[in-house]
Amino acid sequence: MPLLKISNLQKNFDGLEVIKDISLEVEQGQVVAIIGPSGSGKSTLLRCATLLEKVDSGDILYMGEPVVYTDKQGKTCYAPHKDLKRIQSYFGLVFQNFNLFPHYSVIKNIIDAPIHVQKKSKEEALAIGRDLLARMGLADKENAYPCQLSGGQQQRVSIARALALNPKILFFDEPTSALDPELTGEILRVIKDLAAEHMTMVIVTHEMSFARDVADHIIFMDGGVIVEEGTPNQVINNPQSDRTKAFLSRFYEI
Amino acid sequence: MELPVILLKLLEGLLVSFQIFALTLIFSLPLGLIVALGRMSKNFFIRNIIKIYISIMRGTPLMLQLMVVYFGPYYIFGWTLSRDYRFIAVIIGFVLNYAAYFAEIYRGGIESMPIGQYEAAKVLGYTKTQTFMRIILPQVIKRILPSVTNEIITLIKDTSLAFVISVSEMFTAAKAIASSQASVIPYLAAGLFYYIFNYIVAFTMECVEKKFSYYR
Ligand SMILES: Nc1ncnc2c1ncn2[C@@H]1O[C@H](COP(=O)(O)OP(=O)(O)OP(=O)(O)O)[C@@H](O)[C@H]1O
Ligand SMILES: [Mg+2]
Repeated sequence: MPLLKISNLQKNFDGLEVIKDISLEVEQGQVVAIIGPSGSGKSTLLRCATLLEKVDSGDILYMGEPVVYTDKQGKTCYAPHKDLKRIQSYFGLVFQNFNLFPHYSVIKNIIDAPIHVQKKSKEEALAIGRDLLARMGLADKENAYPCQLSGGQQQRVSIARALALNPKILFFDEPTSALDPELTGEILRVIKDLAAEHMTMVIVTHEMSFARDVADHIIFMDGGVIVEEGTPNQVINNPQSDRTKAFLSRFYEI
Repeated sequence: MELPVILLKLLEGLLVSFQIFALTLIFSLPLGLIVALGRMSKNFFIRNIIKIYISIMRGTPLMLQLMVVYFGPYYIFGWTLSRDYRFIAVIIGFVLNYAAYFAEIYRGGIESMPIGQYEAAKVLGYTKTQTFMRIILPQVIKRILPSVTNEIITLIKDTSLAFVISVSEMFTAAKAIASSQASVIPYLAAGLFYYIFNYIVAFTMECVEKKFSYYR
């Protein structure tokens, strides 16, 4: 059973069709990279999958459990609140601009949700939080505040915050786009380490070489549809569609 | 009348002024938050009733509002209320008025919060209440502190308006002594007391703001 299954997803904003019939599956342990031009609907797709945006129609299932489904009359329905609460814990999302809680210290950012959402004990949450901080190379920043950290460090904290809830799948929406070029490397390295540990991830990125290195599967989106998908070798090195070719060539010119 | 006697009378008045000040804050700060939430409610009726209430509180003089609260029960319902009602009327009037101002400050603060904070909390699984109490409100408080300080300082000076319904706060006392003694000294002394009161409050608020300056 795929960890995430999206079928025939559609989403419009005031009549503007941003997602037009997208279907995809993510298997346990898979790393999927989503690439595509600006405005192609990549963020919207992640936001629909993480319940930040309501879909118009289509199905979304996590481990076979429906978040959104189509009933017998063909109506699109969301699962009841208590099911959504449970399924919510299956995924995490790392934002482009981190969205850390500025009034909480680094460690509090990480342990607050485990304590207050998952009802873990403070000791247990602290142990998990400190372990994650060490893995992110930030063991000495435990008591710092987000405003005292570089962008790259903040993004690592936000990854640790997402991981602390032990999600089955982690979404990234352009995790390096808000960073200075010299700081992107540290984030990409963290994601590569996670991939090596078989963390299931869906990553929207503009870093083509990173996508090629880290992903098992690449999806090229344009105009709200999946234009082409396959292995990195297929999509990046031997694109079949003209739109993919045009996008990639534009990319390498820059 | 000797100066010490004058000062003592003024200090008695100051105690009343302080009671008005403290009670107003204790009730209007939480009430303002509730009003702000009502003002932002999705419910059409709640939202608009609150909007009208705020607009009246901000659009008419506090002095008039105090008179309405004090004389209203008699003229509208024919109730005769005891003399103690004066002080209660002052508190009701001040609380209703200040809650409206605080509500608009809270609302500004809440609306200035970046949407990303709500989204991050939602994805982490916080409930709506947890998101508000743990993530949004603490940050809103920091953001609105300067405006709240302004409002609190205005409140100190506004307590003198209680004289319209003859509650013997400091200004009322100063006026009474001044006219019986034909002297401006009570006014000057009262002014000095207001200034000291303000100074202490401003200093306290500065300390509170410093406490919140551990993050940006
Ligand atoms: N809340 C919204 N309201 C209205 N239109 C929106 C909203 N969110 C996104 N859109 C529109 O939907 C389209 C797709 O946006 P989306 O952010 O998903 O693109 P993207 O592929 O992530 O682009 P980028 O690479 O620039 O991040 C854009 O035309 C955008 O203007
Ligand atoms: Mg985007």
